[in-house]
Amino acid sequence: MEMQQFYYDNKIVKKFIYATLLWGIVGFTVGLLLAFMFLFPNLTDDISWLSFGRIRPLHTNAVIFAFVGNAIFAGVYYSLQRLLKARMASNLLSNFNFWGWQLIIVAAAITLPLGYTSSKEYAELEWPIDIAIALVWVAFGVNMIWTILQRRQRHLYVAIWFYLATFVTVAVLHIFNSLALPVGFLKSYSVYAGVQDALVQWWYGHNAVAFFLTTPFLGLMYYFVPKAANRPVYSYRLSIVHFWSLIFIYIWAGPHHLLYTSLPDWAQNLGVAFSVMLLAPSWGGMINGLLTLRGAWDKVRTDPVLKFFVVAITGYGMATFEGPLLSLKSVNAIAHFSDWIIAHVHVGALAWNGFFAFGMIYWLVPRMFKTTLFSKGLANFHFWIGTLGIILYALPMYVAGFVQASMWKQFNPDGTLTYGNFLETVNEIMPMYWMRAIGGSLFIIGALIMLYNMVRTIKSGSDVTDELAEAPALEKVSKYRTKGEGWHTWLERKPIKLTIYATIAILIGGAVQIIPTLLVKSNIPTLTNVKPYTPLELEGRDIYIREGCVGCHSQMVRPFRSEVERYGEYSKAGEFVYDHPFLWGSKRTGPDLHRIGAKYSDSWHLNHMYDPQSTSPGSIMPGYKWLIRNELDKSSTESKMKVMVTLGVPYTEEDIANAQQNMLEQGAIIEKNLYADPDFVKNYEADKKYAQDNGEPFIEMKNREIVALIAYLQRLGTDIKVKEVQALLTNEK
Amino acid sequence: MSVIYLLLTLSILVAIIFFIAFIYSVKSGQYDDSYTPSVRMLFDDELVKTPTKKETN
Repeated sequence: MEMQQFYYDNKIVKKFIYATLLWGIVGFTVGLLLAFMFLFPNLTDDISWLSFGRIRPLHTNAVIFAFVGNAIFAGVYYSLQRLLKARMASNLLSNFNFWGWQLIIVAAAITLPLGYTSSKEYAELEWPIDIAIALVWVAFGVNMIWTILQRRQRHLYVAIWFYLATFVTVAVLHIFNSLALPVGFLKSYSVYAGVQDALVQWWYGHNAVAFFLTTPFLGLMYYFVPKAANRPVYSYRLSIVHFWSLIFIYIWAGPHHLLYTSLPDWAQNLGVAFSVMLLAPSWGGMINGLLTLRGAWDKVRTDPVLKFFVVAITGYGMATFEGPLLSLKSVNAIAHFSDWIIAHVHVGALAWNGFFAFGMIYWLVPRMFKTTLFSKGLANFHFWIGTLGIILYALPMYVAGFVQASMWKQFNPDGTLTYGNFLETVNEIMPMYWMRAIGGSLFIIGALIMLYNMVRTIKSGSDVTDELAEAPALEKVSKYRTKGEGWHTWLERKPIKLTIYATIAILIGGAVQIIPTLLVKSNIPTLTNVKPYTPLELEGRDIYIREGCVGCHSQMVRPFRSEVERYGEYSKAGEFVYDHPFLWGSKRTGPDLHRIGAKYSDSWHLNHMYDPQSTSPGSIMPGYKWLIRNELDKSSTESKMKVMVTLGVPYTEEDIANAQQNMLEQGAIIEKNLYADPDFVKNYEADKKYAQDNGEPFIEMKNREIVALIAYLQRLGTDIKVKEVQALLTNEK
Repeated sequence: MSVIYLLLTLSILVAIIFFIAFIYSVKSGQYDDSYTPSVRMLFDDELVKTPTKKETN
């Protein structure tokens, strides 16, 4: 058999490892800053681009797409070449993948703090960046599939199936969830509204967890754990069953993020059923990973790489046991919106993704640089301080979530809420927030130690060169056998091409058929009372989106007595028909805001935004002083309304033509209301006088951002009055 | 809720793609041998096995 010599591309792997280390530290640090902002809410007082709402998505995007993303690429580029006995097909595509991905991360790190966000969780980036992500992702996939076609090993190892599923599914999810109509260069509105947007978002959101944080890492697990333990995977057969059942079931589980919301019950129940089923394949994978170490547990005692892997896989097992549990409606009723979910995701992120990436790096770096680890002691220290960090992070958050959720639901014998003031439930869990910050600090200290250890290891090693390898060429299917075959028979021999063509076919077909259907107005059920937002409210809503209010405040009152008592009438699906995008939120660090409209005076809102602690002592909300100073940008209001019309919001031509006038009038009413507060009058008049005396330009209050935000907040949830709803219900009966 | 049709369509299509891939992988003999692959991946085929230390000047 003819032997062929070729070089493995190690340089691309090296670059991705460097990027993983760098972005890991950045992502963790931003997370730590956020953890401390719970304790010192005004830590970054008056620095808009470092405010909590804006850097929360920076943290999530940095750890998911920058840290974990680069770790995936590093591991895939290393293992894929060796499993296929072939060099990556295209250096150009590999480098396009690397530099394109880093550029996207930098773009995210700039735009998110500046408030350019779509507000959809884990998909916050605006449309030009979304397009770039799609391009780079496709380049990655094409390069991978091209390499598969040039392989010298006909059999595809199970890890590769996981990589392929990751590529296909993430592409579909990303494209369909990011469908939006642009208003400007960095502003767009989701094509879906309200309930629909929520459903698509969590179909995406859940599968981002499934196909970005889980399947690629399972592929990596099936490569790196056997390699590090130097023994085959426990059961290859189980890995195959695991793969097919996992990818098939995962994609249906999204609605469990929307239990007890306005999503129809049957969709909720479908999500629950599939989520419960997920336990089986998830644990099948975990068991297969752990049992790979059968007979090698003595190595776990001495090898830091295996230690990291064991905790990672155990973390995966815990998170995937908890997932189905949280999907049960009765458990979800307690955990949803609380810090329990924060604990849940961090067990997955810190243990499964974090520790697995660390273990992989500790294994790869000495190998690639042809040297030994600089310090095993430091690696062991990293392991222990990191594990302690995870425990100190997760356990207090479980307690916090459970305590707070119980307090939300506590009633006095006379039927009133025991903790009617939301702040009581926040102050109760402050010690837990402290412990979480300490746990997070330990985890970062560990990561920094790893960075030092890696730098020293790399310095002691030799330069990374592309490794020479040798393998026989793949035997060709003989001419005789393919003589006279039709094109489809040819296609059937080419599974990869078949997959690509099929994917392209569904994307085009799906897009052509379904997008227009979505845009047709008749598909949106309307309550007659629910009217589109006024131009000023629409602008206020965009400020709400820009500042990331949705990160801490839900807009979804669930149909529980405790919530109806606290917030008001529960939310109805028909109330969100003009919400592009939906803003239901997933976490209640602060109270729900869906029925906030008309609850407080305009003056209260202004004071609260300027200094939350002045109106709500003990609040952990940061101040938003710049909103009170900044002039509202009204330049694109009309184009925003026109885009909304395209999406099915019934603004008339007249509405759009009068938008500016309308905004001035509504702003003037709010300005007048603000004059009811003598302190405001004193300060505002003094500012005005100062500006006049010094010849400085003065922005009238009615033209400032805060007025638009107040307009939006006062409108929220006021379209339906409780009495009218009751009348409607009795009519239906 | 009409968007559910989009999601169902997409989910089913993705499932169908995976199903086709599954049938193909079975038929092409990917799963005929469920032992050798797990061992084969443990062997390295790099030619240079001895670590070359960076020259110290």
